[in-house]
Amino acid sequence: MTDADTMIVFDRGLVRRRRERAAAAFAGYRFLFDEVAERLAERLEMVRRAFPCALDLGRHETGAGRLARATKGVEVLVSCDLAPQAVTAGGMAVVADEEYLPFADASFDLVVSTLGLHWVNDLPGALIQIRRALRPDGFFIAAMLGGETLVELRRCLVDAELAVSGGVSPRVSPLAGLADAGHLLRRAGFALPVVDAETVTVTYPDVFRLFADLRGMGETNATWARPRTPTKRAVFMEAARRYADVFAEPDGRLPVTFEIIHLAGWAPAPNQQQPLRPGSGQTPLAEILAVP
Amino acid sequence: MSENGAPIDKRGAKMVDPKLLEILVCPLTKGPLRYDAEAGELISDKAGLAYPIRDGIPIMLVDEGRRLEGAGEGGVG
Repeated sequence: MTDADTMIVFDRGLVRRRRERAAAAFAGYRFLFDEVAERLAERLEMVRRAFPCALDLGRHETGAGRLARATKGVEVLVSCDLAPQAVTAGGMAVVADEEYLPFADASFDLVVSTLGLHWVNDLPGALIQIRRALRPDGFFIAAMLGGETLVELRRCLVDAELAVSGGVSPRVSPLAGLADAGHLLRRAGFALPVVDAETVTVTYPDVFRLFADLRGMGETNATWARPRTPTKRAVFMEAARRYADVFAEPDGRLPVTFEIIHLAGWAPAPNQQQPLRPGSGQTPLAEILAVP
Repeated sequence: MSENGAPIDKRGAKMVDPKLLEILVCPLTKGPLRYDAEAGELISDKAGLAYPIRDGIPIMLVDEGRRLEGAGEGGVG
């Protein structure tokens, strides 16, 4: 696991530039972020607790922290993103890298992240830093894109590139799976971790509209191993043809899968529910089962 | 107050909320920061870096930090 910990998958500088460039026209492309933020806020609603001091990690404009403000007793809301254009200066904004968080231990009651963690190279490290930034019994809730995201596009691009160029290069980000997310939360020291996934399917008239949207969201390929030379147009044409052939719905529109992984966990505190120590039971099982 | 609600100092520069300053640490060393209001920087002596504040927003990125010359040089504030 140690090699994977230090592996550089994403070009963070490029992630930042993509977000900066997308910021100006982001309003036209924020639907996915808005949708996910609302789902996240709904989940947060179910936690019957006030969170006076909260951190919104990732684009604040569409972050769930903004929605939680009204309902969860948030008095201090710090917004934090890699790109200055993505934080709103309405109060407390910080530009920071999720891999190097600039917050003192035990600073927040709540950390929320809406689609901000899937471009992080060192996700275990980021989660550990988030846990440390929480006060004891503080709550972390996040939504991130999971491995099933763009599964159709991934397949079509691979097939098309193989057919046209006879080789394959990484074009869609590697993303964490549901099981990984659970392990990572536990490894980062969160108590009572919960993960689950849901799928959002968006339909598009053609793949080029999808590409335009991904660019608009600032979510295009930022892997280190991405092809550095322009891709042959034929690859995209072939991918578009295959996408329509294999996946088109009866009305001709193309379904695009986004897998949203929800993560939640608590910073450990002594007053939380704990499992009993093995062997600490007082009543023999035989008694309950009335074994003669 | 400026248009985005951030308080403004005498020279018209946006100031960083004191509550935010309380919880900020150096992202590299997690050590304390000194606020240099004059230069508009947050200084991490341990890392030898000064993080800029632009438009009232602290830029806590290691790449954007100004490297401090010598040990004695950083003591402006």
